[in-house]
This record gives sequence, structure tokens and C-alpha cells, in this order.
Amino acid sequence: MSSSQNWLLRPFQERSTQIFLGVLFAALVVVTFLHLFMPQDSALHVSAYTVTLLGKYLCYALLAVAVDLVWGYLGILSLGHGAFFALGGYAMGMYLMRQIGDRGTYGDPVLPDFMVFLNWQELPWYWLGFDMAWFAFIMVLLAPGILALVFGFLAFRSRVTGVYLSIITQALTFALMLAFFRNEMGFGGNNGLTDFRDILGFNLRTDATRLGLFIATGIALAIGYVVCRAIVASKLGRVSIACRDAEARTRFLGYRVERVQLFVFVVSAMLAGVAGALYVPQVGIINPSEFSPLFSIEIVVWVALGGRATLYGAVIGAILVNYAKTVFTGVMPDAWLFLLGGLFVLVTVFLPKGIAGLLQKRRKAKTDDDTPTGQEATA
Amino acid sequence: MSIFQELADREHVFEFLTQVQSPVDVRHGPILYLEDVNVSFDGFKAINNLNLTIDDGELRCIIGPNGAGKTTMMDIITGKTRPDTGSVWFGSRHNLLTMNEPDIASLGIGRKFQKPTVFEALTVFENLELAMAADKRVLPTLTAIMKPEFRDRIDEVLEMIGLKDLRDRLAGILSHGQKQWLEIGMLLMQKPRLLLVDEPVAGMTEQEMERTAELLTSLAGKQSVVVVEHDMGFVRSIARQVTVLHQGSVLAEGTMDQVSNDPEVIKVYLGEEA
Amino acid sequence: MGIIRSLTLLLIALVSVSSLPASAQDDDPGRELLVNLAEAPNSGVEEALNAIVSSGHPRARGWLEAYGNNRLSRVKDTGQVVVVLNNRGRDWEIANPLTGENMGEMSRRELDRIAINNAIRGQLEGILAMLDLNAPDPDVREASAQDMMGKVDASLIEPLEARLELEESAQVRNRIEEALAIYRVGEGDIEAVDVLAGSLHPRARAALNQAVRSDDPVLAKKAGQALGTIEQKLKLNRAAETLYFGLSLGSVLVLAAIGLAITFGVMGVINMAHGELIMLGAYTTWGMQQLLPGQPGLALILSIPAGFMVAATAGIIIERSVIQFLKGRPLETLLATFGISLILQQLVRTVISPQNRTVVTPEWMSGSLVINDALSLTLNRMYVLGFALVVFAALMLIMRKTRLGLEVRAVTQNRNMARSMGIRATRVDIMTFALGSGVAGLAGVALSQLTNVGPNLGQNYIIDSFMVVVFGGVGNLWGTLIAGLSLGTINQLLEPWAGAVLAKIIVLVFIILFIQKRPKGLFPQKGRAAEG
Repeated sequence: MSSSQNWLLRPFQERSTQIFLGVLFAALVVVTFLHLFMPQDSALHVSAYTVTLLGKYLCYALLAVAVDLVWGYLGILSLGHGAFFALGGYAMGMYLMRQIGDRGTYGDPVLPDFMVFLNWQELPWYWLGFDMAWFAFIMVLLAPGILALVFGFLAFRSRVTGVYLSIITQALTFALMLAFFRNEMGFGGNNGLTDFRDILGFNLRTDATRLGLFIATGIALAIGYVVCRAIVASKLGRVSIACRDAEARTRFLGYRVERVQLFVFVVSAMLAGVAGALYVPQVGIINPSEFSPLFSIEIVVWVALGGRATLYGAVIGAILVNYAKTVFTGVMPDAWLFLLGGLFVLVTVFLPKGIAGLLQKRRKAKTDDDTPTGQEATA
Repeated sequence: MSIFQELADREHVFEFLTQVQSPVDVRHGPILYLEDVNVSFDGFKAINNLNLTIDDGELRCIIGPNGAGKTTMMDIITGKTRPDTGSVWFGSRHNLLTMNEPDIASLGIGRKFQKPTVFEALTVFENLELAMAADKRVLPTLTAIMKPEFRDRIDEVLEMIGLKDLRDRLAGILSHGQKQWLEIGMLLMQKPRLLLVDEPVAGMTEQEMERTAELLTSLAGKQSVVVVEHDMGFVRSIARQVTVLHQGSVLAEGTMDQVSNDPEVIKVYLGEEA
Repeated sequence: MGIIRSLTLLLIALVSVSSLPASAQDDDPGRELLVNLAEAPNSGVEEALNAIVSSGHPRARGWLEAYGNNRLSRVKDTGQVVVVLNNRGRDWEIANPLTGENMGEMSRRELDRIAINNAIRGQLEGILAMLDLNAPDPDVREASAQDMMGKVDASLIEPLEARLELEESAQVRNRIEEALAIYRVGEGDIEAVDVLAGSLHPRARAALNQAVRSDDPVLAKKAGQALGTIEQKLKLNRAAETLYFGLSLGSVLVLAAIGLAITFGVMGVINMAHGELIMLGAYTTWGMQQLLPGQPGLALILSIPAGFMVAATAGIIIERSVIQFLKGRPLETLLATFGISLILQQLVRTVISPQNRTVVTPEWMSGSLVINDALSLTLNRMYVLGFALVVFAALMLIMRKTRLGLEVRAVTQNRNMARSMGIRATRVDIMTFALGSGVAGLAGVALSQLTNVGPNLGQNYIIDSFMVVVFGGVGNLWGTLIAGLSLGTINQLLEPWAGAVLAKIIVLVFIILFIQKRPKGLFPQKGRAAEG
């Protein structure tokens, strides 16, 4: 029970949040230092490539936190969060496309290359405004937010929950993937958006910009984490858990379960959108494959491995799995899918509380408090 | 208080944010009317022309064999199940059939389930906190603050239901009887006008049962209480008015003595026990 | 043009002489006929061809084709006429025209090409067509007549009319009449329009379209009306075709989804590896065909039980190794089975190949049932449609009439009660899951006849299958059937104006919206039991 009067400040009084933020900022500082001040040939030097790779992991971590918020605390297993991530990414990608200006292959001052290629005469209306950074950044939040609002409104109002909801979220992202594959949609079809030049005037191909993006992602993760933590620590967080465990009971207490679900779902979708927006300039491309159901369900396994309903577990899981993916797809690409598939099975059958659950168990064993059963949040 | 002071005061709840609760109109006496209610599931008539009125401040026990429609009746009153025909009114102003569960709950109808459902992943204190009468919309809930008077009220109820020592333990570890008590506590926190209590003493010890009876009788008068119970001894100990349900409609109504001497009732229900 | 006319009249007289009895090479009259052709002066070519055609020699067609392609040659030394099989390089591969037997290679210097002049070449096609039109096989005659549509010229009128007199097959008669009518309409014959009004052939429409633009207002008007009639008929046929494709797609969906309906509906288990069980069934078919080379039909039939067994076994392994530990945790089951689906996919990629495999369609399943010129139904789809209905009926029988079905329904409705009545729920779980998985295997066997067999086969069907189950109402086999067939048809109906991808999106969005209205599907389970 925290005592702060402001709900947003409450997380800072929690020990777990303090540790998390401490570790995150230490990591940011160390990586920055090793990148800038270690000589190129030193074993400790962190290359620009690695910095970007780490930045990518942090994007995934933020995405995983967003998924954990709805799955861990609200009990909604979204198999379509990749869609929100991708929408945020496309909003950012559109801004970056407009920033290319007349430096594209075809040299058209307004139209992106792929539109010239497809003989488009003018910019579609939904591309208007994306030449302005502030507009694009708002859309990063609004595009996934509005989708989540409409979809969630429909779904939660008619009390579609559990497995049904999961399948429908999967269908949603699948439908969007098919849609974005179409050239007529005006989002570059198959190839997506790429060949970006600069962001806010900084050249994307310089090491300094990459480091900047990495740090920005770290800060975004910190903010996203604190926002989620604040929601979770508020009375609304406890109502979410109540919805998760006994939806009908919560209704009889007078809470509008569907609105609680909608609110949290939209916040989560927006966080996913931010993660996607930071991801795009670092990997240099956004294409419809981010909408693929496989990606969305992969996010879920990050969270499951790290440990549900802890938030920091989601971060650990996202970074671990993606590090493993980088290593394995490089060394023995065939083995990766076996490993990922095995991970799904092992985590669900043997490690339902994930790594965070193991950590808690160990801590509990050490401090040995008097709780005989020691039940933690169970879903 | 000037508008600036109001804005500066974080704890201030603005006039327009507070829920306007239309009071229950009980000038005509009864707080709950069910008239000619019918429900069927796949051809099976769970409720059959049910008529029932509960007076304001009354303590009413409802008994009946399994499948008599007791739980379905609760479902109808709380908005979980919609009847095929009939009308259900709360006081003489609120048509419950046009409202959903949260609306009905915030109107002042509290319900305790047959199977105790508490939020096992939350502490006993938090369970009560969620039940507390407050602005239950999303944003006010997000920014809600635990005020000292709220804390006092929760502690008071904790004392009442005897779970003070388990205040910060997870509700999941409570025994069956303790969960029953916690759920009753949650009902009390809601400050409802009408309490619907489904089998409150299942799984309780003799002693706990006595305390429950005491609590329920003390509530009557201020609040209306409807108790559905199987345990005849318990019903006898608290009941003033008893309604017997059978096959979805009212079979008999009256005091415990009247009802237990009714030949019809003896045939369908009490006869089995005797 | 005289040549064709005289030739074909002759032919018709000879039509009863189907072929000469097989004779020894020495006294084969063909030898002389060919030599005559080779030695004929320009003016005598007609006569020589005439002789060949009217001889009714079984290989005559081959000679004429070779002649037209400049592949008829004479060996300089012996004067023997040969067919050149391959005229690339210095040495040419040649064959005996009388027997078709390969005679090895011979230097091109030793060969003398039998020249064909352009006037003759221009008529050769007509000659060949007439040759076919007089063939004993009515199918060949019909094909040939169809070939002639739009190619008829003045020289062919007379022989065609003569042929029409003799023709017995009504279909061939129709064809010849249409072919003639196309020519006549082109010549301004108004009566002929009536004949074409009944035809759905594109060439008939082309001829009418020409006629609409004719200077003769009467003809133009009549042709316009005829076109309208045809357009009506075409529309009807197109609708029938769409319906057929829709039902076909729907039957595939039903096959893919019905196993899922059992495992999801009955056990509440979300099996994301269901698609991969379908894939296993398809690969079983492929494997069978590898085991029985040259007998694709037998292999396919054997694959039906084999595919069922393979997928059912895989299903049992999945149930015992993973799903039984996740009872009552549907979301976890979803994740775990998704992991299994990844493993199975990768297994196939590693063990067999990441590339698609070809499964041969047996002869009796290939080809199509031609209803008319605008509508032909492919046989393989028809078989799959029938197969889906048979599988559905069999499942209905199992669920309604067998002990297993009874136990399954009992466990679905009240697990604890069923157990207390002595039903071994665990065994029922295993059997149910095996049944659902086996049906997925059957779906795979059927799908191998329609699409490529590859590691991603299952993935393409899993979301659609779930949509069908959800749309139809969980736990309701009839719902699955109706949902599958109607979703397939809706998809096909939308495709013409929305395109394949957009049609799919619209269907998905439709289902998402539908679920809002009726969260429990088309045919929900009602009552208290459904609440839990």
C-alpha cells in the first residue's frame, strides 16, 4: 500500500521499480560510455551495430511490457499486439519517408519512391501531415490507440473474452497483414517503407544518431514501465486483477468491466505503438511482416518466459529470447524454430510463472516469511 | 472555497464528477417487485410466473429444493439473466430490466454468490477496498486515493467480520468460512439498500453460523436483506418472513411456523427432510 | 481451295473404312503414297495429298503434320521417306513413317527435305481438321468441330454440310451447325443468328459482336438480342461456377475446421497445431505415393486410413505429452500447442525439405466435367466436396450412434457427473483428441489434391478454421458445416469485385463484427451449462 497522493508518482516508492530504473539507467550509461570512449579495437568497445541491436531489444521490451499489462493484469491474451506495434511503426515510417524529400531514386519532392513507381499522381489524403514530426508522433499514439478503442469497444461490450478474444485479435492482425500487403493501400505493399535518410534533421546513418535513438528507446521504456506500474499500483490496477480473476463478481461490485478493459487495452496499444515507432528508425524498415500472427504470438512467449503480471519479467523475457534469436539465427538457423517451439511448451508446462516466478521463489526461500502457502498472483 | 483553491486541492471531488445517484423510491413500501416473471432455458422453465415483493428494511428468507429457481431469481434481479417476460422494479422508480450489472450494483443492490467469490490474488484489505462505495468509473478509480476515513471504514468492517489479523494476507489463502465472511464484508462495504445473500453459511462452523445470523438480523431494518439458504436451522434462527419457491414460482409465504405447517410445502420440500 | 473440298468429299465417302488391317511393312501402301508425294511436281501435290487422306491410313495424320512442319525428308541413297524427329545440329534423328520406329541419327547431308509450298501449307490445317472431323471417335470429331469455329471459310462450307448430313452424334452436329452459323452470320445471314443465340462459345459471341456493328440494321438488332440472351445464360453459368467454387472452398474449410470443432468444442482445447496435423496428412499422401510409384490412385486411397492414423497418433502424443498437463488453462494450451506447431513445421523442413512437394493427382480425379462451353467443373474439387460430406456424415454417426459419442457428449456437458457414472474421462479425452486430429489428417489428404504440399500448408488454414468454428458456434458440428460452406461461398462471391485478398479481409472483418452480435456463434449452446 503506497501512500503517495499522486498516482503517477506512486511507482517511485516501490522497491522493484527503483531497482528496475536503476539497472536500466546504469545499462544506458555503461553502453554509451563503452561506445564513445573505448577505442575501436578494444574488447570492451561497443560497436554502433551492437548499440542498434540493443536498441531493438529495448523496443521489444517495451512491447512486451505493453502485452504484460493486458495479459498479466487484465487476463486478456492479445495475439494481435504486433498490429499496434506495426501501426506505430508505419506512422513513424511515413514521417521518415516524407523526410527523404527529393533525395529518393526518382527525385520526386513529395511522392515517396514506391508511389512514383506505381504511377500515383498525388499523395493519398492519409499521408498528409506526416511531413510534420509533431503530427507523426501524435499519430504514433493515435493510430494504434484508435484501432484498439474501436476493436476493444466492440469486443468488450459484447463480453468476448478468453480464448475467443485471443483468436479474434489474431484474426485482426492477420487481416491487417493482408491489407498492408496490397499495393493499393498506399503503404508500399510487400516492401513496406524503407531507405530512410534522417529523423528530426539527424542523419540516421551516423553512429551518433543511432546512439541517440538507443538512449531515447531506453527512456521510453522507463516511462512506459512507470506508467504501467502506476496503473497497476492504483486502485484501477486492483480492479483489473479483479476483472481478470472474477469478471462477474467485479460487475456486481458496480465496476464497468468493459470500460476498465477498454482503458487498459488502449493504453497498452499506445505503448506498443511507441515501441514500433522507435523500432523503425533503428532497423531502417517497416513492412507488413510485423503484422504476422507469428510475431504477435512470439511476444506472448517473451512475457510468459519472463513471468506474467510482473512487468519486469516481460522485459527480461523479451531481451533473453531476442538475444537467443540473434545468436541462433546466426549460428544454426534451423535450430531456432525448434528452440522457440520448445520454449512455448516448456514455459507453459513447467514454468508457468516464468523467470520472475523463480526469482520470487528464491527470495521467498531466503527471507522465509511466515506465509505458509505463499500464493502469488495466479491467472 | 474559491475555484483556485478547488483546483489546487487534489483530493477535491468536483461536483460534476460525482455520480448522481437517484434515490430509491420506497414511499409505497416495497423495495423490490417481481411481477409475472418467466425464464426458460432450452425449453426448461426455470422461473414460472414468479411474483414476489420485498418490503423496505425487511429480512426475507427464501427456501426451496434444488432447481426451484432461487439462483436464477438472483440472476434476474442483478441483471445477469434477462427474463423472457415480466417486470422487475427496484422501488417504484427503477426498472431493473433496462439496466446492466454495474448500474444495478451502484443503485444499491449487493449480491453474495453461492460459491464464495473473492479476489484471491488480492489481499483481504484490497478486496474490501474494491467493494467500498465510491466513484467506480475508470479515471476516478485510476486516481483514487486511500483517505484515512476510508481506511477506518475498512478496518471497522474487518473487525466486524473477524478478519482483522488477516488484513494483509491474500484472500486466496482464506478458509472457506473466512471467504464467506469476506464476501459478506464486501457487501457491507458497498452499503447497499438491498442485500441478496446466497447460502451464506455453507461450510461454516456452528459458531460462525451464529455470528452470521447475528450480523444479518442486525442489518435488517436499515437495509433489506434477502437470504437464500438450505440450512433449515439457520433459517429458523433468523427468519421472520419465509418464501418457499418450487418449480420457479412461489409455493407458500408466511412465518416459519406457517410455512412449515403448510401441507403443500411439507409434501414438496420439508417432507424430504423430515 | 478446290483441294479441300474434293478431298473431304472423298473422305466422307470413305468414313466407314476406319483403318487398314495391320500389314507387313513391305506391302504397306503408305510407302508408295509417300513416295508419290515426294516425287509429285507442284501441280501434282494436291493429288498426292488427296491419295494420302483418302487412303485412311492410320498414320496419315502424322505424315501431314510432319509435312507441314518441314519434317518429311527422303534419304538420298535409298529414296526412303522418313520423318525427322529432331533437326538440330549436324545429325538428325529420324523415324520410319510407316511404323513410327526410331531409326537413329543420320547426317543432314544425306537427307532431302520434301518441300511444301505456301499455298498448300495454308490449306493443311483445314485438311487436318477435316481428317479429324471424319475420325471414328465422336470426341475427336467434336473437338475438331469446336476447333473449326470461327475458322470456317467458303471452301469448308460444302464438306461441313455434307458431314452434317452423315453425323449421328447430336453434340457434334451442334458444333458443326454453330461453326457454320458463325461463318454465315459473318456473311450477313440473319437466320443463322438464331443458331448462335443458343451457343455459349466465345467465338459465337465474337461473331455476334461483329454482327452488331454490321450495316444491316435488321441483322444488328437481331444479333444484339441474341447477345442479350447469351449474356443472361452466361450470368447464370457464372453464378453456378461461383457457387461451385464457393462450395468447394467451403468443403475445404469444413474439412479443416471439423476436427478443430471436436477438440475445441468438446474438450475446450485450443489446438494451434491443428494446421500442422493437416500438413502431416498431406505429407502422408506424398509419402504413400513415393512408396507406390506409378500408382498414384492406389496410394491416394491408402492415404486416407494412413493419413488418419498418422495424424491421430501425433494427436495422441501431443495430448499425452502436453495438453493433459494444461487442463482448464485454455490460454496456456493455446501457447503450448503453438510451440508444437512451430516444431512440427521445422521438423518437416529439416527432415523432408523446405520446398513444396508435388502430389500426383490420379487420372480418375483429374480433368473436369464439362457442362457447357461456359461451365466446367473440375473433378478433383468435386471429389473433395464429396469427401468432406462423407467425413462429416461419419463424424455425425460417431457422435450420435456410438458409445464413444455418447461418452464424449456426457463428458462435455458435465465432466464430474460423467466421471462419477464410471466414464473414464481421461480415456475419452484421448479418444476425442485422436479423433479430431485424425480428421485433420483426412483434411490433409484431401488438400494434397488441391494445393501445394509444403511446411506452411497448415499455417494457411489455422486462422480460417478457427473462424469457421467460432462462426458456427462452438461444440456444434452442424454449425461448423454451415459456417464452412457459407464462408467459402461468401468469399467466392466477394472475390470478383473485391479481389482475393480484400475478399478475405472483408470476411474476417465480417466475422469479427458477427462475434460482437452473437458471441456464441450461429448455433450457440444454451442454458446453464453454457455459462460456465
